[in-house]
Amino acid sequence: MSAYDKLVFELSSPGRIGFSLPESDVPGRPLADVLPKKFLRGAAPALPEVSEFDVVRHYSRLSRMNYGVDTHFYPLGSCTMKYNPKINEDMARVPGFARLHPLTRPEDAQGALQLMHELAQMLAEIAGMDAVSLQPAAGAQGEFAGVLMIRAYHASRSEKRTKVLIPDSAHGTNPASTAIAGYEVVEVKSLPNGEVDLEALAREVGPDVAAFMITVPNTLGMFEPRIMEITEICHAKGVQVYMDGANLNAILGITRPGDLGFDVCHFNLHKTFTTPHGGGGPGAGPVGIKAHLEPFLPTPVVVKNGDAYALDDKRPKSIGKLQAFWGNFGMLVRAYTYIRTMGADGLRSVSDNAVLNANYIMKRLEADYDVSVPGPCMHECVLSARRQKKQGVTATDIAKRLLDLGFYAPSTYFPLIVEEALMIEPTETESKETLDAFCDAMIQIAREAQENPAIATAAPVTTPVRRLDQTRAAREPNLTWSPKR
Amino acid sequence: MTSRYIANTSAEQRDMLRTIGAASIEDLLVRIPPKARLSRPLALAPALAEADLIRHLRALAARNADADRYACFQGGGSYDHYVPSPINHLISRGEFFTAYTPYQPEASQGTLRTIYEYQTMIAELTGMDVANASIYDGASSLAEAALMAHAVTERTEVVLARGVHPLYRRVTATYCDGPAIRLRDVPAPEGVLDVEAATKLIGKKTAALVVQSPNFYGCLEDVAAAAEIAHAAGALLIVVADPVNLGVLEAPGRLGADIVVGEGQGLGVPMSFGGPNLGVFAAKNELVRRMPGRLVGATVDRDGQRGFVLTLQTREQHIRRAKATSNICTNVALCALMATIYMATLGKQGLQRVGELSAAKAHYAAEQLTKVPGVSLRFASPFFKEFTLRLPKSPTTVVGKLARKRILPGVPLRTYDRALADCLLVAVTEQRTREEIDAYAAALAEVLK
Repeated sequence: MSAYDKLVFELSSPGRIGFSLPESDVPGRPLADVLPKKFLRGAAPALPEVSEFDVVRHYSRLSRMNYGVDTHFYPLGSCTMKYNPKINEDMARVPGFARLHPLTRPEDAQGALQLMHELAQMLAEIAGMDAVSLQPAAGAQGEFAGVLMIRAYHASRSEKRTKVLIPDSAHGTNPASTAIAGYEVVEVKSLPNGEVDLEALAREVGPDVAAFMITVPNTLGMFEPRIMEITEICHAKGVQVYMDGANLNAILGITRPGDLGFDVCHFNLHKTFTTPHGGGGPGAGPVGIKAHLEPFLPTPVVVKNGDAYALDDKRPKSIGKLQAFWGNFGMLVRAYTYIRTMGADGLRSVSDNAVLNANYIMKRLEADYDVSVPGPCMHECVLSARRQKKQGVTATDIAKRLLDLGFYAPSTYFPLIVEEALMIEPTETESKETLDAFCDAMIQIAREAQENPAIATAAPVTTPVRRLDQTRAAREPNLTWSPKR
Repeated sequence: MTSRYIANTSAEQRDMLRTIGAASIEDLLVRIPPKARLSRPLALAPALAEADLIRHLRALAARNADADRYACFQGGGSYDHYVPSPINHLISRGEFFTAYTPYQPEASQGTLRTIYEYQTMIAELTGMDVANASIYDGASSLAEAALMAHAVTERTEVVLARGVHPLYRRVTATYCDGPAIRLRDVPAPEGVLDVEAATKLIGKKTAALVVQSPNFYGCLEDVAAAAEIAHAAGALLIVVADPVNLGVLEAPGRLGADIVVGEGQGLGVPMSFGGPNLGVFAAKNELVRRMPGRLVGATVDRDGQRGFVLTLQTREQHIRRAKATSNICTNVALCALMATIYMATLGKQGLQRVGELSAAKAHYAAEQLTKVPGVSLRFASPFFKEFTLRLPKSPTTVVGKLARKRILPGVPLRTYDRALADCLLVAVTEQRTREEIDAYAAALAEVLK
């Protein structure tokens, strides 16, 4: 990786420009004569003054200080870092999509609305749900929308339910989204193998519980074998069941949340459906629901009347809006392109190969690392570095050493219920050679831990910077650049 | 059938299964009970080869009236601003595009540095101390700001000027439902905040006053006056602002804002039918530990070399879970990168030019359009790049007729405010030419005859 230590501000030279704007072609007076002074900026903003080429070289060089899926294997568990097809990008950039204004009247946006309508139907079929809202901007917003619909449903039946049950192995967004929706979060302890403790669940579900929220396959990469009993136990007590769809990549065409008894589930289009992660978004988090929740869908809903598509905003029972417009449309174009590329057989083969690849890694590493739960696993496996920790090498050290060996790191210390967790998700798009190279590196690290732990604790040494002082960053926050520093 | 996105051949699959000790992939799915299995293939349209799929999608795209083929005078939260060519090339580099959230900072310095630059430039434009790495869009940023004001002040009401974008108000209402924050509207009979009415509404229960400037109708608000009444009651002032305007318009921070939010789409992000957008969120220093979303900070590595990390993460959901300041995880980092490159490219002079050109063209357009008999400005207040016209015929009908002439004349306001059923919201950016504006005025005159 190339080392480069500039910020764009440090390239600035007064008077240099990087833009091209025309001279004004309309008659007019200077702005200071048109608007009262109190509205105008006293001094020009202190933005950088750089040439176009300065910009291009600077950001090209910064990009080289990153690992991306295009350049490195990214075994980041729960994040489904698969290949992002290039045709998706071409399609999202077609002017008819990219240059379409959101408030264009539906008559002049029929192609966009048709794409959204069809994508919602395809996602509903994939998840076995009755309807899908494409509006949520990311998984966490999908969760929020789903929990709000559950809340509206109970309210419509005049039921006062105040709690939502969430396993201790859940993603952090589950309790956070639930709390913002106004519920008390009750954490349910998992069995040591990560499965739901049915007896504990049966004790907890009651007339004050609104929902049970669970990830399938769970965050240990295991399918809950008794999932249908779980949804039945909940429904018997009037409790709605929410599936966090972060791990949907494991089950495409194999089983469907709707058929398992789930009332709500969200999709992460940036995981399963190949829209890029972009360094932290944008994603898209559509939410699927069963028919009894349909009146509460976020507004507007894309509807088809005869041959024409429209945005239906007259939905009095709706939970309301989540973002100003209709959803992260650019991401929807990418996901649509992907699903139409793959078809039913292709999607099934995605999950088959994702599961195969994860099991292959787990098998190859089981002698050198502790396996959190014996296999077979689904699309990801969770190892524990507890053996290495005794030798002085933690999960963090292993992650950092992997960076030196040319791989991004697995998710570490998640799920919280596994000591020194290393959560590995290879996805279906990686080849056997890559998996083998990764396993070889992991085995090498395990041997190094026995022989010379300092190699891992000193890592990384090949990256543009070495381990960073997180404590200092938090104690003396330096969040903006200034010339004085 | 095999897929070009899956590398495993049947021979390799067999080889891997042999290592695993399983006879087939089916054997790996044993934990899924038979009754839970889908017994048929998914009912999806058949897979399309690349060229066929491109044809299909282009045909769909051709049914949309995009701003390449139509003269776009639509605004209302999404604008056709100039997008310098390098942006798309640079964000398309796989190292940016296909990276994850920078949780491993040593292998993510590129993303972390761009976010640090973004935070710096947004703080500069808004006149605030700190900015976060982004929220989903302007509306959800405002909603998060309302929740934050509620948490900081422990008060239960948020007062919103009627000039705040109606769709932002609806999103804020969705977010405020759980914590039971009461939203109260202040009327804007003259297109701007009614200060007297606002003063009466604001009190000990008010967590924040929200104003947008320029507001939804295009009118500039007196932010300093709003700050005064909010602060007099011990409430925070939240200002909704479009950062692309802040090359020439006064920074809300210098007018007394405590939190500035807004839609950053104008900073080089495509309109893309309304998403993904860029939620801007900036605040004063003393509020930083209550902020939602990711923050990047500068620090040093083991050798004392400068480096960047995600910081103050104890606010966030992956650490604090139910007690987090927000549920946000994935945000819109790539849109923030577009904005960073945009702000660097336009720079100090360029952003001023964008503002000056937009304002000049908007004022020229307002002059020409109001020369058409029966057409007038609905509000007398000063505007910037967007204004509200009153038409003698139904705006919806006018929009339909002008679309046939490849002009998107603006947004009819009937669906947002019944009292403005005869009004059309018109936006003019630096992208519109005099020729397009004159053609719009001529076409309007013709359809109103």
